[in-house]
Amino acid sequence: MTDTEKINHTDTWDINITGTRGKFDLNLQEVWRYRDLLSMFVKKDIITVYKQTILGPIWFLIQPIMTTLIYVVIFGQVAKISTDGVPPILFYLGSITIWNYFSETLTLTSKTFTENATIFGKVYFPRIILPLSKVLSGMLKLLIQLSLFLVFWAYYYFVKHGITPNWHIVYFPLLLFVLAIMSLSFGIIITSLTTKYRDLNFLISFAIQLLMYATPVIYPISIASPQKQIWLWLNPLTSIFEAFKFAFLGQGVFSYFWLGYSVVFTIVILVFGVVIFNVVEKRFIDTV
Amino acid sequence: MSKDIVIKAENISKQYRLGQVGTGTLSHDLKRWWSLMRGKEDPYLQVGVDNDRTKKATSEYAWALKDVNFEIASGDTIGIIGKNGAGKSTLLKLLSRVTSPTSGEIKIKGRIASLLEVGTGFHPELTGRENIYMNGAILGMTKKEISSKFDEIVDFAGVEMYIDTPVKRYSSGMYVRLAFGVAAHLEPEILIVDEVLAVGDAEFQKKCLGKMSDVASHGRTIIFVSHNMQAVQSLCKSAMYMKAGKVTDMGPTATVINNYLSREIRNSMERKWQLDVDAPGNDKVRLLSAEILTSDAINNSVISINTAFSIKFEFYNYLEGQLLNLSLFLNTASGVCVFAVGTQAKNLSKGHHSAELQIPPNFLNDDIYTINLMVVKDTASVIFKMDDLLIFEVIDSVRNGAWFGKWPGAVRPDLKFTSEKM
Repeated sequence: MTDTEKINHTDTWDINITGTRGKFDLNLQEVWRYRDLLSMFVKKDIITVYKQTILGPIWFLIQPIMTTLIYVVIFGQVAKISTDGVPPILFYLGSITIWNYFSETLTLTSKTFTENATIFGKVYFPRIILPLSKVLSGMLKLLIQLSLFLVFWAYYYFVKHGITPNWHIVYFPLLLFVLAIMSLSFGIIITSLTTKYRDLNFLISFAIQLLMYATPVIYPISIASPQKQIWLWLNPLTSIFEAFKFAFLGQGVFSYFWLGYSVVFTIVILVFGVVIFNVVEKRFIDTV
Repeated sequence: MSKDIVIKAENISKQYRLGQVGTGTLSHDLKRWWSLMRGKEDPYLQVGVDNDRTKKATSEYAWALKDVNFEIASGDTIGIIGKNGAGKSTLLKLLSRVTSPTSGEIKIKGRIASLLEVGTGFHPELTGRENIYMNGAILGMTKKEISSKFDEIVDFAGVEMYIDTPVKRYSSGMYVRLAFGVAAHLEPEILIVDEVLAVGDAEFQKKCLGKMSDVASHGRTIIFVSHNMQAVQSLCKSAMYMKAGKVTDMGPTATVINNYLSREIRNSMERKWQLDVDAPGNDKVRLLSAEILTSDAINNSVISINTAFSIKFEFYNYLEGQLLNLSLFLNTASGVCVFAVGTQAKNLSKGHHSAELQIPPNFLNDDIYTINLMVVKDTASVIFKMDDLLIFEVIDSVRNGAWFGKWPGAVRPDLKFTSEKM
């Protein structure tokens, strides 16, 4: 090895493997290099769901329809929760579609490390690819389900004239984006916290269920008294759901202030999530 | 001389916690956090024992690698050898970025791909075609690269007919061939290969080795970990010998392998322990000694194929009247079990016992053999087990004829095989 000593001291290394790394580094350049892998994961998520089924992707549509029917009966007919004059089917279908996206993405990304330990233990790729792929495949599924919602929506708007949508619809892509980032951030925080101590795992499904009732999904925020509404607004999801319903159904509250709050909240947890994810991904395989 | 260094490891160390993760780790994490907050060093980095798996651990932490330094030049094919637990796999994991070192730094130039397993990310529901793309992408190839290699991969694996069938319907052989096909067509500048060649039949292994030397001759760097000295010898220009988490020797393959064999083998022909001090075992039985005895008194450390020898054990039985028997596995260096043999189960009294296995001459082939020992209770449950208890080499002595290649086969019996004119 003596002859190698004098050779090449230009420090142009492509990869540096150390115990520590830039904590705020999302390494988007590397993610971009692995974009084909990202698209493969998204494709896998979508097509493996309906392999060996007769109805195939139609199942993506049946799911929200069934839930909506159940909610119409339970919350609308039995519990008689107000929908502020919006046709119940439309009210539930819209918010369930959006809510399912959030909760499913959160659930899936929160299992990133534990569910993929075998792959992560054998090969390197930017770990963030996996939760990102869940966000994107969920988004594709959401778009399919939204088209169903839009069919009902068009029917009630053009035929029944029962709703009053408005120009705030242009904010919809932004709302979805914030929702996606928020579920990703929560997900990567949870998965990072559960590699070593699994205790949190037991609480997640329960917490998500609880969160749904703390968000105006199956009820409009107007059913709460003004003093209690402030507590609901503190939930960063509230402004998004209310804005969505206001834009499409003409019922709800479109609050720039609380939307701004949600955006800031999302940025903060995203930064926190990236930091903790970066720290954990280096060595989680030793403790998972 | 003007070769570039493509991998440079500087003082890398890797510490693992022994025992279960979970209980007790929180208190360590808190202590660690507390000392970091005060700007002090991690208190658990100062403890830790060398990774000798045969001894009982004296600390909760062990160093799988300790201050490892090396450089690998571009175009080199390097074999990493060493006993189980020497740190080979840990080093591979670090190089493939699956986990990161506790301290130190590894610098790498160029694209690196690692094969710690074939078929990583294969999804049973996806078809062969989809899995080729999936697996290729996981290994770092772009879609375009995979497409350009697609036909070659299918051809290599010989699964053209089933390419649009979900891989869950594949036979295990087809599955492995497809998986290795993808891996073999990777074109990184640096390729890291674990003992994935241990899968598949002999013909397929040959095909894989051929493919790998193909890759090597194209000037790419290959790091290859294997117990199979034959494979290392034929594939690698240089070798690295690891022992107890450190690099013991690095240089031309033949020299390093010789060094490895002479050291590891001499060390493991005879092993003795003291009861109540370091004897391996548990509260039921403890092993006191294991040794290989040859009948040849003059040259007693060498076993050639026509030497008779015996393997002798001494152990201490703690439980009175236990129905015990010993079971011995003899494996070749590449991990193939040559035979397994057991003693007759007997009710043993408390105290010292010994056991001896006679190996006749002209039985084993020239190879390196390892011995695993198990103590079985009631002919059903294993109460003590020790792998690689002894390691010894059987050397080739007399050979008639002009051929000096490696004699094939796990055994080499001197059977009567005659020919005559009819």
